[in-house]
Amino acid sequence: MLYREALNRAIDEMMAADESIVILGEDVGRYGGSYRVSEGLFAKYGPKRVIDTPIAELSIVGNAIGMAIAGLRPIAEIMTINFSLLAMDQIVNHAAKFRYMSGGKMTIPLTIRMPGGVSRQLAAQHSESYETLYSAIPGLIVLAASNATYAYYGLKAAIALNDPVVFLEHELLYPLEMEFKEVDTFDPFKAEIVKVGKDLTIITYLKMRYDVLEAVPKIEDELGISIEVIDLNSLRPLDMKTIAASVQKTKRVVLVEEDHKTGGYGAEVIAKISEELFYSLDAPPLRIAGEDVPIPYNRTLELASIPTPDKIAQKIIQWGRKNGL
Amino acid sequence: MHSARVEKFYYLMKLGREFELAAKEQYMQGNIAGFLHLDIGQEACSVGAMQAFDKGDVFTHYREHVLALARGMDPKLVMAELFGKVTGVSKGKGGSMHLFDPDLDFYGGDAIVAGHLPIAVGCAYARKIQGEKAGVFAIFGDGASNAGAFFESINIAAAWKLPLIFFCENNYYAIGTRIGWVSPFEELYHKARNYMPAKRIDGMDVCEVYKAVTEAKEYIENGLGPYFIEAETYRYEGHSMSDNGKYRSEEEMEIFKSRDPIENLKNKAIAQGLVAPEYFDEADKKVQKVIEEAIAFAASSPEPPLSELYEDVYCKECTNVIP
Ligand SMILES: Cc1ncc(C[n+]2csc(CCOP(=O)(O)OP(=O)(O)O)c2C)c(N)n1
Ligand SMILES: [Mg+2]
Repeated sequence: MLYREALNRAIDEMMAADESIVILGEDVGRYGGSYRVSEGLFAKYGPKRVIDTPIAELSIVGNAIGMAIAGLRPIAEIMTINFSLLAMDQIVNHAAKFRYMSGGKMTIPLTIRMPGGVSRQLAAQHSESYETLYSAIPGLIVLAASNATYAYYGLKAAIALNDPVVFLEHELLYPLEMEFKEVDTFDPFKAEIVKVGKDLTIITYLKMRYDVLEAVPKIEDELGISIEVIDLNSLRPLDMKTIAASVQKTKRVVLVEEDHKTGGYGAEVIAKISEELFYSLDAPPLRIAGEDVPIPYNRTLELASIPTPDKIAQKIIQWGRKNGL
Repeated sequence: MHSARVEKFYYLMKLGREFELAAKEQYMQGNIAGFLHLDIGQEACSVGAMQAFDKGDVFTHYREHVLALARGMDPKLVMAELFGKVTGVSKGKGGSMHLFDPDLDFYGGDAIVAGHLPIAVGCAYARKIQGEKAGVFAIFGDGASNAGAFFESINIAAAWKLPLIFFCENNYYAIGTRIGWVSPFEELYHKARNYMPAKRIDGMDVCEVYKAVTEAKEYIENGLGPYFIEAETYRYEGHSMSDNGKYRSEEEMEIFKSRDPIENLKNKAIAQGLVAPEYFDEADKKVQKVIEEAIAFAASSPEPPLSELYEDVYCKECTNVIP
């Protein structure tokens, strides 16, 4: 199943089952979505429930909050995560805080989908990963879909949740054909152990999952070790249970993320591991992240600004040798 | 209109058109990547405006190649930027959407829709208190006229009587969204009418654009406040190379193509005896040569070295103290 089809199917089935679900965003209706995620939904559900908005991100999210207050369950699409900064006030000051500020009286069931990440030569204003911003906000749930299975079940779960969810997608994943696993029960907050291993835990999420998996055989070969790979799926809340079980077993941890290293999301994960699992560790944790630069247009520089399978392998091998692996 | 001026209009529009066609071809050959927004069909707006607004500061959105050329940017350096080469105007770091040249008072390619408008307002405020006459020109699309930043900008510019020309290219579409679906009316000058003089003009007619911007320029130079121009125009291509533009009818396309800014200027100029027919062949030849040179320059230019990755994040002095 294509990644974007998984998302489309999740929305479609939820909308068919619940009339209060609406979607809104730029080009989501007649055009079918700029990444074709909402394809076919306008024809099926009509303009009342599939709403083409003007280019007005603050209003897209603000309007969605108002709809949620009135009893609808809106799914807002922000075309690219960079533009979500225009809606940040509505997301952070309003959606995330209404429940708390009202002493629990207000409920904002709202899903905000945001494609992001470094795609291909889209330059600095279209290539960001802002999960670190949203994951820092109490009152928000932040989910990150790296694969068709999570895209489908995770998005359905997000829509069903009674709190605001920032649902992160990666732009390079939409056209990819992926394995889809049917499951009976699904916990959107649970991390996935993508590969079992015993000497080193690599924690990652979103598109970096694939870069890590590509690098793993080479690292295992070079260092003669076996690696466990965890895909976080949920960034807020963070599944520390799965992380702890793995790190206590392997005693070594590497975190791979695409966003900028300084203040990146991985910093929080490593901080939690340092606080809670310090004495389980046999080596200092390693972070492999995007460089601390705006993303350049030139392809060579662009690739130099983010982790790639080669760089991941090289850095982990170097680090492993230094740390007794 | 002087014949020399008409010749210049033709040359620049033709240069813009051929530049865009060449960029399209180079994109398909894999030499240009990312979002490439072509200006084909809309050349009269950029050329007429930049010929009239020849001094002062220019702020633009991402559909800006022709505007940059009309402002005087060297086609070689623009093409090299599209190729991502270090010789490009933005050293290959910005690409198609981010052409910057402060020497030409040209700031952007901004790719956050309407994001450049509050910036243009701030610049106009500074020009006003600095006593600079020339003022500021900001160009944007119909889609941008729905953004909060747009409404804040017309309000502030008018409240403070700032020397700023708002130039809205109404090509009726923001990617696949027709302006009439998301705005109560399609004639967008209505949005600014209560704030400043606001006019709707034929953006397919370079002479009309030139006249309107000249008038606007005089108005802002006289300290009377901002001025709004809505230019009706049409893009012949999709929104970017990743969009086929098929949500628009062929009829609509044909209507606008029959108003093609380049063909019509040429026919009119010949019919009125303003420009000798031979001029056009010569101009076309010159354009071809300039474009060929631009591509050759871009193709043979070096890639940015890896050391460029951390250059330009901060100023030189700051780079020394920030690890
Ligand atoms: C704040 C923001 N929201 C959305 C986008 C995505 N986007 C890029 S161009 C565009 C359409 C803009 O249309 P218009 O202003 O009419 O300019 P045109 O492309 O027609 O020249 C959209 C929605 C963006 N770049 N920035
Ligand atoms: Mg438009």
